Order: sequence, then structure tokens, then C-alpha cells
Amino acid sequence: MARLLVLGGGVAGHTTATFAAKWLGNGHEVVVVTPNAKWNWIPSNIWVGVGQMTKEEVTFDLAPVYKKAGITYKQAKAVSLNPEGSEKESSPFCTIEYTGEDKTGETEDVTYDYVVNATGPKLNFGATPGLGEGSQLGEHTVSVCTADHAEHASHELQKTIEKMRNGERQKFLIGTGHGMCTCQGAAFEYIFNIEHELNKAGVRDMADIKWISNESFLGDFGMGGLHMKVGGYVVSSKIFSESLYAERGVDWMIGAHVSKVEKGKIEYELLDGSTGEESFDFAMLIPPFAGVGLKAYAKDGSDITDVVFAPNGFMKVDAKYDAGAYENWKASDWPRTYQNPTYKNMFAAGIAFAPPHIISKPMSSPNGTPINPTPPRTGMPSGIIGKAVAHSVCDLMTKGEGAHLHEASMAEMGAACVASAGKGLTTGTAAAMTVYPVVPDFEKYPGTGRDTDYTFGEIGLAGHWIKHILHFMFIHKAQLKPGWTLIPE
Amino acid sequence: MAKQEEVNFARNEQSETTMIPGRFARKMRTCLIWQFLRFVAINIKMLIVVSKSH
Repeated sequence: MARLLVLGGGVAGHTTATFAAKWLGNGHEVVVVTPNAKWNWIPSNIWVGVGQMTKEEVTFDLAPVYKKAGITYKQAKAVSLNPEGSEKESSPFCTIEYTGEDKTGETEDVTYDYVVNATGPKLNFGATPGLGEGSQLGEHTVSVCTADHAEHASHELQKTIEKMRNGERQKFLIGTGHGMCTCQGAAFEYIFNIEHELNKAGVRDMADIKWISNESFLGDFGMGGLHMKVGGYVVSSKIFSESLYAERGVDWMIGAHVSKVEKGKIEYELLDGSTGEESFDFAMLIPPFAGVGLKAYAKDGSDITDVVFAPNGFMKVDAKYDAGAYENWKASDWPRTYQNPTYKNMFAAGIAFAPPHIISKPMSSPNGTPINPTPPRTGMPSGIIGKAVAHSVCDLMTKGEGAHLHEASMAEMGAACVASAGKGLTTGTAAAMTVYPVVPDFEKYPGTGRDTDYTFGEIGLAGHWIKHILHFMFIHKAQLKPGWTLIPE
Repeated sequence: MAKQEEVNFARNEQSETTMIPGRFARKMRTCLIWQFLRFVAINIKMLIVVSKSH
């Protein structure tokens, strides 16, 4: 019996573990190590953050689901990997530290035959002074990155609404909290959901709402923007986004690196090198992401972290990391199998894999501060990659080391994205978009980098219905309820 | 009373050069019959993209 160890229980890790358990049956063991007791459908955190859903509606307990699936579940965080074993242990192993199950703080070495790193990101609030410490959110701003953060954000929002009802004008600042952030989509959803809720509360005229982001243009979304078919035209997401911001009365500041956060104030640097300050009464600033800080050691105990992981902490896979300057970047730089090039029994999925480079055009201020979005690897791509990796590992475990590896390049897959702009059965709206492929391929599509037959977007109530239905569908799927395998990633 | 798009365009220089939907386009965004048709159309488009990606 071989053992597959999956580190992380988010979209990628959960997909990998559940499909692997289904395909492997009782012949092999699947172990999941994740520090969280609950699974969180993160896209719906936006609605928790405006009080339109509860934390309980977007989370569920992992233990009973893994028990049903025959998966060994350890509520712990991975600390280090020994891919060659150690002088005492001949098998490769991962050292974990428990975060629950009445064993908090205890460590254990879990041996494995194959390991999938799907640890997701470290929310690196500490990268911006005042935004937080390490992975802990600070006191000046709110976040919607976790269900707990979103619940806290909702409470703060209600207090702000009360102030407006009492005649006190309030300023909202929403966006990214560092020059190297990704996940602009989440901030995009949050700012328009707040605007929608303020309208519903009858206090919109008491609010000034401003977007601040590291994108060089509105609608970059970390994907270098996209050109989509709208009303018979092929238009840039810049036009699409600016139209929505102007329509909803939201001002914007782009190309901004937030350099410091204080109570009621941020300091920033722009792409032109200028600096400034912006005040706020309520701010939600997405932190930059980093790897979770896993270390790696060789058999003799020497540190080989830089062999296994990129400097940003994400795991190296079969990507082309020496592509060089922007002009040399190609779609083929992006990984296909997500196998570590040094240790063939190690894979990474979702946010945990190190991308070869960013997708957007790299930019920096005259002072040398990089200000550009990092690539998104969440949602549908995460799920598809997780499933492909599960397929590969299962084949390796059942057919031997010569088994064919399954591929899921982000430069060859599309993604469907539904960005909420306000919740309501008859009054809600969302931007429903598809993009194909996620990473632009300018050799195949020299103008836009993408196939405009399959890249489109529109805003409306239909998009909201789709997002709400997806909420129930993906929680149903993640709970392994009847028919879960029929729901695509 | 000024049209909503007049108010939006007049807000600041940023808004001046954008494309802002008029009353009809805004109305259609929450028109139940039209949006039901769009719901069907968007789902078909998304399923095509999903099927090309697996």
C-alpha cells in the first residue's frame, strides 16, 4: 500500500485528495494535512463581508467529509519536507505541527510515497508596514480573505453605515495593499457589493468610494487584462471596467504600491514615482501572497529549500523559470504537469506552484519599486490543476513510475469567472466572464493573446444567479454529496 | 432632473472619457425576461469553455 500525502485542503488540495481517494479505492492511503478544521468556499466570503451571508453558510467541517471518503485527516500545518528521508528515516517524510485534534503544538513526521503541495498562500499582511504582522491582519483595515476576516469586515461595515445614518460622511478605500498583490477580482467584487449595500441602506450619498490597485490599468486582473466580445465589439477589459466604475460613482487610483498603513491613512507610491497619502474611514486592502514558508532538507540534514522552492516560497514545478525579459515570455513557459523537476514524487497544485513569471507586463516606478499584479491561480484553474495532478499521481501509484502524466497548462485552459457586483434575487448583478486561455498565447492569437470566440463578458442579473447557484453547487461538490463528480471544477 | 449618465460623466475627469450605459442598457441588466435568456446563453458559453479546459 502506497501513501499519497496532500498538504492543504483548499480548492486544489481538496480536489486532489477527494479524486485520488475515489480513484485509488482501498488499495492505497490518502492523507490530508491542513491547519483548518473547516473548508471555506472563498468566493462567497464577499457576501459574508457585506452581511449577506453568514460564516456558517460558506464553511463546513472537513472531518466528516474525509471520514466518508476514507481519507486520513490531520489538522496540522506542514513545516518541512525531507524528500530524501533522513539519517533515521529512509522514506521521504513531511514534518507537521498539529493545530487541532487536542494535539496543538505537537509535531509528527508523516512518511509518503507521493506528496502534493497545495498549501495555498500565506496572506503576507506583514509585507506592508501597518497592514498586519506576518500572516495576521492588522487593526487598521479589514479583509475578506478568510471567512473570519469577512465576518469581521461585515461588523465594521455595519458600524460605518450607522455613522452615515447619523450624518457622518465616510470614505471607503478598497483594493490592493501592496505593489505585488494578486486577487484584484476579490477586491473588485467587494467594492461593488459595498456600493450596492450602501444604496440599499439609503446612505450611498454619504459615501465616497475609491479603488486603489497595483494594476497599470483598470481591468488588468493580474492577467494582463483581456479583450472580450461585448455587443458585437471586441473591447478591452479596461473599457469594460472603467465603464462600471464610472457608472457606479467609484473613483480609482491605479499603478499604486501601498507602502504604509496607519489609522485612517495610507501612504502610497505610484508608477510615475510620485508619492502621496490617502485617508479612509473604512479600508479593505488585499495582502500580497507568498508561499507558506515550507523548508526542505536533504538526507544529511542540509537545507535544500532553494532547490525545491522558488525565492517567493512557492514550489518549483515543470515551468521555464529562465525565460528572461518580458519580450521572451511564451505560453509554453507555463507548467503542464506540476511535477517538481528534482524530486519526481513531488507535485504542486493551485497557488502553491511557482509560476514562471507574471502574466501582466512587468512595471516598476523610477525608484525601482515593482508595481504589477502577480498571476491569479485560484478558482477554476486551481481545481483543474488539482484534478490533473490527482490523475497523474494515481497513475504513478497504480501503473508504476513510467505512467503518463496528465497535463493542465494555464496557457491551454480557459476559466469562467463570475464577479459579483451586488447581491439580490432580482436586484443583484455580476460580471460573468470567460477567458480562453487564462495565460495569453500571442503566438497563436497575436492581437489579444486569447481566442475572442471564447472570451466574453457581460454584467447583469443573470451573472448574479449563476454566482449564487455556483455557491451551492461547489459546496455540494466539496461535501462529496451525490453526483459530486459530475460537477466540473 | 438630469439623466443618470449626465451625472456620472460630470463627476470628474476620470469618468469623462468612459463608456457609461444609458437608461435602457441599465434597465435590461435586471429585466427578468431578458436576464433569463442571458442566463441560458451565458451558461451555454461557460459550459463550452469548461469543456475545452478539461
